[in-house]
Amino acid sequence: MMARIDLRNLAHSYQQQPKDEADYALCKMNHVWEDGKAYALLGPSGCGKTTLLNIISGLLQPYQGQVLFDGADVTALPPQGRNIAQVFQFPVIYDTMSVYDNLAFPLRNRKLAEEDIRKRVEEVAEMLDLQDVLGKRAANLSADAKQKISLGRGLVRSDVAAILFDEPLTVIDPHLKLLLRRKLKQIHARFNLTMVYVTHDQLEALTFADQVVVMNEGRVLQIGTPQDLFENPQHTFVGYFIGSPGMNFMPCRLDSGSLSVGDLRVEVAAGDEKLQGSLQLGIRPEFLQLHNEMTRGTHQVAVSAVEDLGNCMIVTVRFAGHPLKVKIPEGQAPPTEVGYLGFPPEWLRVYADGKLIETRLQAQVGEEALR
Amino acid sequence: MNKWEDNKAWFMVIPVFLVVAVSAILPLMTVVNYSLQDIFGPGQRVFVGTDWYRDVLTDQRLHDALNRQLLFSSLVLLIEIPLGILIALMMPKRGWGASLSLVLVALPLLIPWNVIGTIWIIFTRPDIGLFGAAINNLGIAFDHTAAPLDAWITVMLMEVWHWTPLVVLLAYAGLQAIPEAYFQAARIDGASTWATFRYIQLPKMRGVLTIAILLRFMDSFLIYAEPFVLTGGGPGNSTTFLSIYLVKLAVGQFDLGPAAAFSIIYFLIVLLFCWLFYQVLLKVGTGDKS
Repeated sequence: MMARIDLRNLAHSYQQQPKDEADYALCKMNHVWEDGKAYALLGPSGCGKTTLLNIISGLLQPYQGQVLFDGADVTALPPQGRNIAQVFQFPVIYDTMSVYDNLAFPLRNRKLAEEDIRKRVEEVAEMLDLQDVLGKRAANLSADAKQKISLGRGLVRSDVAAILFDEPLTVIDPHLKLLLRRKLKQIHARFNLTMVYVTHDQLEALTFADQVVVMNEGRVLQIGTPQDLFENPQHTFVGYFIGSPGMNFMPCRLDSGSLSVGDLRVEVAAGDEKLQGSLQLGIRPEFLQLHNEMTRGTHQVAVSAVEDLGNCMIVTVRFAGHPLKVKIPEGQAPPTEVGYLGFPPEWLRVYADGKLIETRLQAQVGEEALR
Repeated sequence: MNKWEDNKAWFMVIPVFLVVAVSAILPLMTVVNYSLQDIFGPGQRVFVGTDWYRDVLTDQRLHDALNRQLLFSSLVLLIEIPLGILIALMMPKRGWGASLSLVLVALPLLIPWNVIGTIWIIFTRPDIGLFGAAINNLGIAFDHTAAPLDAWITVMLMEVWHWTPLVVLLAYAGLQAIPEAYFQAARIDGASTWATFRYIQLPKMRGVLTIAILLRFMDSFLIYAEPFVLTGGGPGNSTTFLSIYLVKLAVGQFDLGPAAAFSIIYFLIVLLFCWLFYQVLLKVGTGDKS
């Protein structure tokens, strides 16, 4: 069973007659999600990720565009006609049924022989560690067990090729989240199912997924591996949303092939035609270098706050009027009032109107920097 | 910490106790008083012990009224609960249609009870009533003032028309409270409409249906105004329910002692049935077999 998911010209609006882009919950998108991979849809509340998930599962008909499973157009098919299962934010279980009957429910609805049902249910129960509670009533179990039952109702169906998760760990106790997440990864590895996982928790997304789809305001801003998202955010929102704390951004000026903020100047390889609109320089707090003594290529900054997180420290400094966060390792003593900040050019990124400009940057160490 | 002494919540509860004491317990004690005495006039009373109770419990007319009452309440529950659920399921879930249907459904509940009786008297009159005349013109003789069966049908129709809306409103509220994810999950699980009703909607309505059944049982078991206005208990005694008989006894014949004893027994019967219903409804569908 395969499921490559193609989204073609897909867009959705909850209004009857959307006029401009603001009326769209999902802006037009074209994506191909490969078979057997784990995708996380990551974004703040209201960014359209659940809308997208419900369109894929068929609970929602898109306003325009198509959804294809392995090249076959399923846009018009109802959820039960698609080979998908979905796990919801709050565990959905059938209260009056036993765990066994809950797991058997999708198969009974599809009129399978009771003998086959028993085999499937037992197999799935074993995988999810539910064998011991099969005879119990589902209503009396804990939230994590209920969520496993929800998942199990998807897994029992042999036709299921993709499982969609809508923030499935929201109501699970923190110490059980880890176990359940590990279980999901095991199941993913064992069945080679395509998994789409909606969350607003970046840690969940980054640990679960092969590919993270970052969304904001109805748009997919970047699809990439966790490393991609960290090192090369395609959009300032991705830089800001991924990472803790998020990426630092500073508006900068362009003149004769170099970008400058305060006394920081970097040479930029890209031509002026690319560098249109409002320009920003961005750098991750992890890549900034904060020294107590002035060294070559560093810039004087005022230290305004120090937060000790136990395993590292977050130092807030002001550089040319912009607050910047710097992450320094635990052993290093942070400067008290004045520090000297280094901007490694290989980690500086240029954004024009919020979008990453692919270019090479080189530090320009002028007289003023050595002052 | 001593919860009894320190819990300030008692100050919130005590006023309720006082109100209930004055409005319910004191009158009830008066009735208990009456049921144990024979009263001839002010200051003239004789303690008679359990005599009135013995009289009342062996009264054949009361047995008949009790049987009639049980039949009536059973029919009310059997018709109104399923019908109420059915109507609630058919009502639109949102939009202007939802508001409109709610208002329409609630209309019978807004009419004073004795007016309801009057409406149905006119409605079912064989000569000028819309319903009565229509039925009679179809060649079916229908007159609730003459035929006991017709009287029963009329009272049942009136009761169902009047009180099914309450069940509808409760069931509708219960249905509205079910999170959308349940229906979405059911669609993905391939559940039929019946399976969705049987395994999601019905279990989720348990709480409101428990209330609906208790309320409809109590109200129908205590029904007075509507049949009193409509049939006055007749023809014969065919629609003389317990409360109508009780009022005949107390007001019509001024037998205060037996009427008081009867009231106490009536009260205990209602209490017993409500307790039984509650116990059963608490356990049904939860797998608790005890």
